[in-house]
Amino acid sequence: MNNSYVGIDVGSISTKGVILDNNNKILASVYLWTEGNPISAVKKIIKSLELQIKGKNIVIKGIGVTGSARKLIGTILGANIVKNEITAHAVGTISIHPDVKTILEIGGQDSKIIIIEDGIVVDYAMNTLCAAGTGAFLSSQAKRLGVDVKEFGNIALESKKPTKIAARCTVFAESDLVHKAQIGYKKEDIIAGLCNAVVNNYLNNVAKEKKIKAPIVFQGGVSKNEGVVKAFEKELNEKVYVDECGHLTGAIGIAILSKKENSNIEFNLNIENIKFENKGVECKKCPNNCDIICIYKDNTLIDSWGNKCEKGDSIQPANVNQV
Amino acid sequence: MKKKIISFPHMGNYYIPIKYLLTKLTNCDIMLSPPITKKTLELGSKYSPDFVCIPFKYNLGNYIESLENGANILMQCGGGCRYGYYAEVQQQILKGLGYNFEFYSLTENDKLAAISMYRMFKKINKKLSIVKFLYYTILTLKMISYMDKIDIYIRANIGFEEEEKSFENLLKEMHKDLESTKGFIHLRKTYIKYNKLFRKIKLNKPSNCLKIGIIGELYTCMEPFSNYFLEKNLAKMNVEISRRTNVTYLVIKKRFNTKKILRECGNYCKYTIGADGTDNVSEARMLAKKGYDGLIHTKPFGCTPEIGAMSILQKVSKKEKIPILYFTFDSHTSEEGIKTRLEAFYDMIKMRRENNE
Repeated sequence: MNNSYVGIDVGSISTKGVILDNNNKILASVYLWTEGNPISAVKKIIKSLELQIKGKNIVIKGIGVTGSARKLIGTILGANIVKNEITAHAVGTISIHPDVKTILEIGGQDSKIIIIEDGIVVDYAMNTLCAAGTGAFLSSQAKRLGVDVKEFGNIALESKKPTKIAARCTVFAESDLVHKAQIGYKKEDIIAGLCNAVVNNYLNNVAKEKKIKAPIVFQGGVSKNEGVVKAFEKELNEKVYVDECGHLTGAIGIAILSKKENSNIEFNLNIENIKFENKGVECKKCPNNCDIICIYKDNTLIDSWGNKCEKGDSIQPANVNQV
Repeated sequence: MKKKIISFPHMGNYYIPIKYLLTKLTNCDIMLSPPITKKTLELGSKYSPDFVCIPFKYNLGNYIESLENGANILMQCGGGCRYGYYAEVQQQILKGLGYNFEFYSLTENDKLAAISMYRMFKKINKKLSIVKFLYYTILTLKMISYMDKIDIYIRANIGFEEEEKSFENLLKEMHKDLESTKGFIHLRKTYIKYNKLFRKIKLNKPSNCLKIGIIGELYTCMEPFSNYFLEKNLAKMNVEISRRTNVTYLVIKKRFNTKKILRECGNYCKYTIGADGTDNVSEARMLAKKGYDGLIHTKPFGCTPEIGAMSILQKVSKKEKIPILYFTFDSHTSEEGIKTRLEAFYDMIKMRRENNE
């Protein structure tokens, strides 16, 4: 009987799942699009994970959930740990690269930098208010240029003279890009310029005033883009490592954290046939109109959140259906 | 003649002393603006210039809700940065919306001075004598200073209360008692009574708990709604919170300590930054020296003095080895992003602490 731990990272764009054994070795892993529906994405993930470990005599001793939908999914799976993605990413990366000093991460909606000293997080920063220079921006620009976003990196590498594109703000970047395309710059030069713009934006906003020391690990969906990786290396004058399983580090990290919880419960992954439903209710007791989210498992309420004051306390399980 | 009804914008719990002062100095009705809610912010944002900072929007929302409820005299009190011009702009916007009201600002030429304040109250209440004015103004200031003292104790300990909400409930009682203050001696008795009661609340506080300091722009620091109940969320994580910015500090202490504050900045500042920037740099340095585990800096989007302070704070953070989390608030209402960053910050300082031990 082998103990193992499940880690799930539910991001805005993609959902990742892994199963680790006692020595943090990956037994199974899945990566798929969230498509705006975290519950169904997680159901698919669990199903696929189960298929991969079938017949291997494995007992699940912990479930950890991270990512922007962690609260919702954590409740549904009955996870023993629900943690933010910054901590999860740091723990996951340290398990792969014990000597890492800087983690750069650019995801679908957010970007962050984590500074590590002697195996612990000492500083971090995350983009605020604005999603400039993240994966979502790159993929929308790819569409505009008629290029598959997966091809983006390779095309960028072909360029010899990257075009200068304003990096400060995506609105300016976009109008710059349209303008440059119309006056006849080559497509690969524009794409390479865009990759440089993403890097400059990141270094000027998120990583501002942070000391970036080697070894540097680059993660998140955008790390799969060779053009951005090269632009980072050129700008920082250091080797930037990108892992094969870089997209899974958040999930790995949370699985490790769930192992550290040392729970003795055996978890069940059989959620495929259970009906989960989430209902948003607006409390009408004061003008604040708190949005209260209620989670139902086979029509019984298991959790609710979003309520800010005692007035909303009565809007709980039983009364919800009336509203 | 129509009955005069005064109203003013909210900031934290300070509506209690302000209401008290207005009741004593004027013969008008005092109407509290409804508590800040999402609707306040929506109303405020709708009629504000887009790039104005968030306190303007909250204030304007408060005014509109008060005017809708029948207020016809509005008050503003701001200064230091561009806040000093807000009174005029808000007045214009509200007049443009077709409301009929009188507008008074407690500050004149960006300064809060007793003489100009007296002149202003004289316009509302012609019979007001200077003695009465001074008596109640000083009494109110004393009340504020007692409230702030109690708040400092609460902030440091609320994360460790054994019984949930014991601090919150007692604070509500104290506020009720303060409303019926009769004079200096009575006020002092109330303070002593509640000070004892607060210290009697059972705590479960380890001696080496995590400590976080809050610095930053005054409104986002002091109005819990505008910072998404930052202090409440921190308290849930069992940390000791310290915050120097309060009305006592801004109105009284800061006035007499300008040079001391600049000195406290050490080599980081040679000149003052403007508004509360210098204060925050000095506070960051002092808290770092006291061994605080982390700092949280709050500012509204586009706050110029704090943006100036931020680049210096980054140096403080590096040299004094204290992590600082920066928050920028505007009229977006997604609380999750803030919670994620706060949680990660807590995890980080906890890990740092464990590593150092």
